[in-house]
Parts: sequence; C-alpha cells; structure tokens
Amino acid sequence: MDTTKNLEEIFQSKIDHEIKIEPKDWMPDAYRKTLIRQISQHAHSEIVGMLPEGNWITRTPSLRRKVALLAKIQDEAGHGLYLYSAAETLGITRDQLLDELHTGKAKYSSIFNYPALTWADMGSVGWLVDGAAIMNQVMLCRTSYGPYARAMVRICKEESFHHRQGFEILLTLSQGTEAQKKMCQESINRWWKPALMMFGPPDEQSSNTEMSMKWKIKRETNDELRQRFVDVAAEQVKFLNMTLPDVVWNESTGHYDFGALDWDHFWNVVKGNGPCNKQRLDARIKAHENGAWVREAALAFAEKQKIRQQSQVKTA
Amino acid sequence: MEKELPLWEVFIRSRQGLDHKHVGSLHAADAQMAIENARDVYTRRQEGVSIWVVESVHITASDPADSDPLFEPAKDKAYRHPTFYQLPEGIKHI
Repeated sequence: MDTTKNLEEIFQSKIDHEIKIEPKDWMPDAYRKTLIRQISQHAHSEIVGMLPEGNWITRTPSLRRKVALLAKIQDEAGHGLYLYSAAETLGITRDQLLDELHTGKAKYSSIFNYPALTWADMGSVGWLVDGAAIMNQVMLCRTSYGPYARAMVRICKEESFHHRQGFEILLTLSQGTEAQKKMCQESINRWWKPALMMFGPPDEQSSNTEMSMKWKIKRETNDELRQRFVDVAAEQVKFLNMTLPDVVWNESTGHYDFGALDWDHFWNVVKGNGPCNKQRLDARIKAHENGAWVREAALAFAEKQKIRQQSQVKTA
Repeated sequence: MEKELPLWEVFIRSRQGLDHKHVGSLHAADAQMAIENARDVYTRRQEGVSIWVVESVHITASDPADSDPLFEPAKDKAYRHPTFYQLPEGIKHI
C-alpha cells in the first residue's frame, strides 16, 4: 500500500469530519507550508500594523483617545505574538519568521503601506481596516489547524473594541464642525478601496483559494467575505451621515455594488511600491536591531542566575 | 549569530477554584521574564488570577501516531461507567 497516499486520505477525512489538525499530527507538506505562509503573514500584519497608529499616540485629541489607542496597539503586539507562536508549532523558529519579514521574503497586509495622514484616519483604520480584518478573522476561528483557530478566537474577542473605538472616533467627527466632517469623509474615501482589497484578489484570480478551501484553512472565499463587508459597512455609514465612494444599492441582487477595484495598483503595493513600504520595513528592522542588546542582556542575566543557583546548591 | 530566547508554555487559572489551562506560548530568557511576559500577553483583560510557565523543552507529549494503541485499553471497559449497570425502574438517589 502507498503509505503517503493513505496518510493523506486519513488527513483529508479528518478535515471533512471537522476534526482539527494538531501540531504533531501528520499533514501534507503543502498544508504546512500554506499555513506557515498565511499565519506568518498574518502575524507580520499585526506587528507592522502598529506603526501607522503609533505615529498618532502623542497627538490624540484627548486622554480618553490616548489610552484607547495605546491599548489597541498593545493588543496588536499581543495578536502578533499569539500568531507567531501558532506558526512556530509548524516547525519554523521565531528568528526565521522575523528574518523573512526583514528580508522582504514574507509579506504583510498591504493596507499598512498607506500613511495615516489625519486624526480621522485612526477612526477609519479602526472601522474599515479592523472591520475588514474581523470578517476574515471570524471565519478563521473555524480554520482546520487547531493552534491557529485558538489564536483567532482570542484575537476576535479583543478585536471588537478596536472596531468600535474606530467608529466612535468617526462618529464624533461626523457631529463636529464643517472642517471635522470634511476630514471624516475625506479619510473614509481614502481608506475604503484599500480596505476592500484586504480580502485579496477576486476568486477567479486567487491561486490559493481552491486548496485552502479543500483543507478548510479558509472557509469562505475572498469575494464572499468582501461582499459581506460591503453590505455591513454600507448600512453603518448611514449613522455617520457620510458616504462610501462608488457604493450603490443593487435592487436585483439584494446587495450593494462597490465599483471596480484597481488590482494592478494592489499588486504594485504588494511588490513594494506603496507609499510607505520602505518606511515600515525600515522601522521594523531598526526596532529589532536596536533591541538586540536587551535580548542578549536578558540571556546573559538568565545564564548568570543559573550558575549562581547551581553553586549555591553545591555549597549547601 | 544571536541566540533565540527559549520557548515557554503558559498556563492560566482564570478564576479561583478552576484548573490552570494551557493558553499558548511565548519566548523569554528565564522563568521570571516568562511570567511577566505572560501577564502582558495573556492577561490584559483580567483573564487570570494565577500563571504557570514551563519551558517547552521539558514537556513530553504522547505521539498522535500511537494514540490508537495508547488509548485502546480503555475502549472495551464500558463497566467503568455508571450507565453500564441495570437498575429497577423508579429507584431513586443512585
């Protein structure tokens, strides 16, 4: 009997019966690779995602906004760490993961290559960027790989506050002066289409979708999730008395149409030519390199403590 | 080449009276740092009243490939469950 084929059948039958795959279980190499790519990309997105917001911590309009923004950014660091740990259960080390980010081998969500220009952008990032991320993350709570699913459950619980605080920022601006209203609408206009592209290319162009659906890494396609997000946001925007660019109700489909998305632009940003790609990566590398002495000192201290303890045991 | 900080598994008691439960892992230089990092990573919203950390290398796990023979002995022992025993209709408190 062909053993690999047999193992693959057992694996697929577990997936079909909604039995989660755990780290030490047999899995096809391609499943492992796909997961490492996806989880690490997700982790990197959380970490790089701190940067556009970090830029606003010293300039929040009130203390209330400042504590919320700090807590949100700290959550994102936490989410990155949950996800790195999940990826490490697949046999890749933290150093390898970070190295792949820093050398540009691994990607992170393109959305973080856009600048956060105004305070309203902190609102749009929470409402639209986190809102789009949540659509995807809720689906991933049911993903077939156990450690990834468990990390996502934890993340989803925390993400809801990010989403709401973003909407509240926009709501406040939408009830403010003419200049504040204008700032609010301008920010929504700028973030809307990049947020829609966070769901990835249309299904017919998405090379990974079919296999990911078969393995239940993904449970819904890019286009399904994107449309759900559009329908939800199109209703929410009414509470702001603002508009979403190019979004029109379609009586015949019962959904909102959202106009064409510029996928050439999207791929160009993925390839590194977005407005902030270089800045983001430079900031990550700088933070990692500047922190090297702290990691070395912590290890040296731990080593010294161990030796001291051992010598105390001997003399006792 | 920089040495990687060791990996630790984190267990949290969510409230007094409950078991510590595995919540995930993290990297830290020593146990004290692992506890402090676990507090920041896993209990930002009062998810715990107590933390255990153990270096991952110290955990021995059973092999999923061997789970059939490993757990097989319990399979045919229905008599270990109360429902195995037949009692008269209407009997109470047993």
